[in-house]
Amino acid sequence: MTSLYDEVQTPPAAGVEVRRITVNVNGTDRTVDVEPRLLLAHLLRQALQLTGTHIGCDTTSCGACTVLMDGRPVKSCTVLAVQANGHEVETVEGLATASELHPIQEGFKEEHGLQCGFCTPGMMLASKALLERNPNPTEDEVRWALSGNACRCTGYQNIVKSVLWAAQKMRDQDQEA
Amino acid sequence: MYPSRFSYDAPTSVEEAIAILDRNGGEAKVLAGGQSLIPMLKLRFASPERVVDINGIPGLEYHRIDPDGTLRIGALCRHEDLEFSTILGNSFPTLAQAASLVADPIVRTRGTFVGSLCHADPQGDWSATMIALGGRIVAQGPNGRREIEARDFVLGPFVNALAFNEIAVEAVVSPAKGKALGGYLKLERRVGDFATASVAVALDMDGETVSRAGCALAGVGGRTIDANDAISVLVGKSLNAESIKAAAVAVAAAAEPRTDHRGSSSYKRHIVETFVTRILSSIANSEKKAA
Amino acid sequence: MAPLDELKIGGLGASRRRVEDNRFVRGKGRYVDDVVLPGMLHMEILRSPVAHARIKSIDTSAAWEVPGVRLVLTGETMAARNLAWMPTLSYDTQAVLATDKVRFQGQEVAAVVADNPYIAKDALDKIVVEYEQLPAIVNPIQAQSPDAPLIRDDKENQLTNRIFDWEIGDKEAVDRAFAEADVVSKMDLHYPRSHPSPLETCGSIADYDRSTGKLTVYMTSQAPHIVRAAVAMVAELPEHMIRIISPDLGGGFGNKVPIYPGYVISILASILTECPVKWVEDNSSNLISTGFARDVYLEGELALRKDGKILGMRMHTISDHGAFFADAQPTKFKIGLMHSTFACYDIPAGHLTSEGYYTNKAPGGVAYRCSFRVTEAMFFQERMMHAAANDLGMDQAEFRRVNLVGDDMFPYRTAFGFLTDSGQYGKCLDVGMEAIGYSTFKQEQEEARKRGKLLGIGISTMTEPLGAGNSREYDIIGIKMFDSAELRIHMTGKAILRTGAKTQGQGHETTWAQIVAHELGIPADDIVVEEGDTDTAPFGMGTYASRSTPVAGAAVAMAARKIRAKARKIAAHLLEVSEEDIEWELGRFYIRGNQERGVTIQDCALAAYSNVPDGLEPGLENTSYYDPPNLTWPFAAYFCKVEVDAETGVWDVLKFVAVDDCGVRINPMIVEGQVMGGLTEAYAAANMQYITFDEEGNCIGSNYIDYLLPTSWETPGFELHEVVTPCPHHPIGAKGVGECATVAGPAAFVNAVMSAIEHTGVRNVDMPLMPNRVYEALQTGKNVSGMPPVLGD
Repeated sequence: MTSLYDEVQTPPAAGVEVRRITVNVNGTDRTVDVEPRLLLAHLLRQALQLTGTHIGCDTTSCGACTVLMDGRPVKSCTVLAVQANGHEVETVEGLATASELHPIQEGFKEEHGLQCGFCTPGMMLASKALLERNPNPTEDEVRWALSGNACRCTGYQNIVKSVLWAAQKMRDQDQEA
Repeated sequence: MYPSRFSYDAPTSVEEAIAILDRNGGEAKVLAGGQSLIPMLKLRFASPERVVDINGIPGLEYHRIDPDGTLRIGALCRHEDLEFSTILGNSFPTLAQAASLVADPIVRTRGTFVGSLCHADPQGDWSATMIALGGRIVAQGPNGRREIEARDFVLGPFVNALAFNEIAVEAVVSPAKGKALGGYLKLERRVGDFATASVAVALDMDGETVSRAGCALAGVGGRTIDANDAISVLVGKSLNAESIKAAAVAVAAAAEPRTDHRGSSSYKRHIVETFVTRILSSIANSEKKAA
Repeated sequence: MAPLDELKIGGLGASRRRVEDNRFVRGKGRYVDDVVLPGMLHMEILRSPVAHARIKSIDTSAAWEVPGVRLVLTGETMAARNLAWMPTLSYDTQAVLATDKVRFQGQEVAAVVADNPYIAKDALDKIVVEYEQLPAIVNPIQAQSPDAPLIRDDKENQLTNRIFDWEIGDKEAVDRAFAEADVVSKMDLHYPRSHPSPLETCGSIADYDRSTGKLTVYMTSQAPHIVRAAVAMVAELPEHMIRIISPDLGGGFGNKVPIYPGYVISILASILTECPVKWVEDNSSNLISTGFARDVYLEGELALRKDGKILGMRMHTISDHGAFFADAQPTKFKIGLMHSTFACYDIPAGHLTSEGYYTNKAPGGVAYRCSFRVTEAMFFQERMMHAAANDLGMDQAEFRRVNLVGDDMFPYRTAFGFLTDSGQYGKCLDVGMEAIGYSTFKQEQEEARKRGKLLGIGISTMTEPLGAGNSREYDIIGIKMFDSAELRIHMTGKAILRTGAKTQGQGHETTWAQIVAHELGIPADDIVVEEGDTDTAPFGMGTYASRSTPVAGAAVAMAARKIRAKARKIAAHLLEVSEEDIEWELGRFYIRGNQERGVTIQDCALAAYSNVPDGLEPGLENTSYYDPPNLTWPFAAYFCKVEVDAETGVWDVLKFVAVDDCGVRINPMIVEGQVMGGLTEAYAAANMQYITFDEEGNCIGSNYIDYLLPTSWETPGFELHEVVTPCPHHPIGAKGVGECATVAGPAAFVNAVMSAIEHTGVRNVDMPLMPNRVYEALQTGKNVSGMPPVLGD
């Protein structure tokens, strides 16, 4: 964004290191000054106001914070923002185009793959990574690939159906193309 | 949830990384996959003054088998590179079987094999696998490189044999002389759980005879249990009900399990014995079928 | 002209795709932590590392020095404003910030408010607290001992650790039944503590505006109106100047009903700093300090006739409530609706006694899709039934069939006074038995055992009380448990509906519109649904205990009907006939005998603003406050087939069949989603979820490393079936279903494993049935108990 003004914030105490990083987020370069200890999840949620990535635990267990880094799913709560410098990050906000939902988003809606929606962004991105490597997965392969993403609401059965629905649609789209 | 402050370096060569470690007298920690270190930073179980991020060093992501059959795994080879590897299955079955059981699929995209060895978690899958295979870790410091036997690499829980100014740059496993067979079984209550008990077995077979046997255990002691001596009862024998039983009992005796909420020590010891039996029986059965 | 197709307009029975998904799949949900207010500060809470200790000193001086820190609060600061203690929803008091003692590991001791949460945590680390440790009580049996330290020495007249005694039923009649019995079957077990653990933790953003005197609090609350009332009492702010906004919630499961100290501290912090203050706890804090679930001990007995008829039921429960009695439950019932146990069986006599105790643990007990302790009631019931069938040497299904209330027996008054009104219990049993392959199982099991494989089948059948509840008997802190709906039709026939419920994933934005579509023929897509803002939503008691479809859903229907009644008058006016000559079909009024001549509901809506008859007010809107005449009674019959690995104790679910009768299904897709979600939580409780304590009161399982949630890999698939017996008193015949699966599910899994190992004679293994426990049962032939302190079960 082009700024008209920029209030100078209180810098952290003297001697505290700050690094300027540039991360390509959903196709756009974002440049931010950060403390090295800032987690990628907080960079996304707080600095860049992309709150679609959620934080569900503090032990790297639940996967709610999953984003794609250079196309691979990572838990953004367990990556430092500085580590994303020079890399590409895709969040849930990058899935849909201006006019269309991604087939995975459509699939989750069609097959009731979400209830409270909290695990859903991470779940969908992990699914996207799976389908990029394996466009025609079996149910077991879907369950295995998503075993790093916890859900408390759905019982997973409809999530699996959502992913398989999306896989079919994506294969059909590839056929047509 | 929020790490305490630290300084940060992102060196672009191994030499630069070593120099930083050397300058900081033990106050710097190496960051590779970060899937063990960052959780500790977040809970403030670790509060290093400096973090040295080696992810920007090129040429460390490899895993390959040399012409002489030696497996070399670079410092930035991720768990999932090994899980999806097409070269491990025949020559290093123990590794191949363990790969998909490390943590969960998302952690496996970042976490590294070598980093996991350095973390020296008593429940770590890779430490057990390397000790069973008799592997070595290549450490590089200001004075050059040295190789450390896997069985000497873990000194205690979360303590490894690296000097403060050394980085582990590679893991090495020598090929079997005969046929490489092995297995890895882990009792975890769900994906990503730490092991209640797990067993790594690596055999080097000369026809029907075991010429070398390696075994190590995770989750059943204050550190990875080296059960190589225990399983050596198999050497010179063929795999049959009697020899398998003897090996299973010997390995179980080598375990040092502790009673906790995952189970009593006697239960864990029993799992070790069961898993050794299952791995060896499975090898014996598939060999029979192949024959 | 062709009548409207109700399914096409998204009425009852349509598996309408969810409205809320549009924002959730785009990552545009608005959860509390997503909300950012200008000038917002961040709060972190310091928690006690010990379970029971006197606080000797707290030194916050170093914390104040950290750059970016704005405020540090201790119990002393709170006490100066009369806020160190607050009332609970069970008429007890709870510490907001500890003053004299800490009474559970994880209890709130101090709070820091800073520019960002990283700095707040830095400052937290600099607070020094001196504790003088005291012995900890980790189970209610210890609490009973005369030598036990007194946990609530802050309360006048509290001389022991006992909170309450409660009793219901007919002791004499039950004693007679036991005297006559051919067989007496006993079952003692522990329904262990677990935690609802929604993926989104609890949190609040308190924003006190000094210029207007208005307090706005964004909060993870399943019951925002109750919170407003409570805050008005505690903070002594007038109720009309308090606005609670419960936005999107990332799961609730009962964990977000209580009022937590963090909310209250954030409110005071906002008042003192004159800034909005955000507090969002981390997952470990959520697990160690917020409303846990269950932790009840059972001593149960059934008096049996040898043909299988149950003559009497005796149950004694001992419950562990933690350090403060803070459950949200109907005032009259100290142990919730535990006395709904055995409601699906025709039992002439029952007697239930119950004691509750304080322990050095976080407060709670009523939570986790429990319908007010009904999870315990039905787990105890089905475990007792399983043991009784074996004691009689009777088939599990047959034993249940002999005792189930027959279709022709409704309305049926249970031994504890509940009135169940409808059901086809036998049919549900039949459907399930067929689907699981029950008739061939015994043979399958014997053959498998010969090959060294252990197979088992478990059954769980129950009816449970939902939709609490009628004002004669039900209230929470004196507020009656009605619910409400306010519906306004705009002039173009679109509508806005607000209710007093608060969805946390159940899909209210989708399903309530379906009820309106059913009643008025307005397409569901034309209706927007809002919940959770106390400034705009009519007063309701919130969503938990599966009460929303039965109560708020009924209110929606009634509000729509009132609107239809007014629209009828408008229609008569438009059609120039008298009201008696008007007939209704979906979406349209027409003249009797002349179906072609009619007006749509949309025509009436426009007319409401442009052409009303004389004497009728313009506008087309109404509100309904619904006091349910009775509870609703869905029924579930679950069948689970498992295989146990005798060498390791690991068990796998081979097949799970769930038959649910929840009356009329508003949205079948959503109902099935609720059942599968509930079954997964039941599986989690039965298999792996474990939060317990060692002898010193240290909590084991207060993080996701130790508190295990099943992933997509372990979770079995579920085969779902439906039977529909409409509720006779509910406006649309619905009964509610959100918690049925968590209530009936665990016993199905446990009974299945017990069936697989029945050759050992083991009567009970406490949940979670972890591999080491199952193995121990197989090896020793003895029951395995999970009572803390446990180490190496």
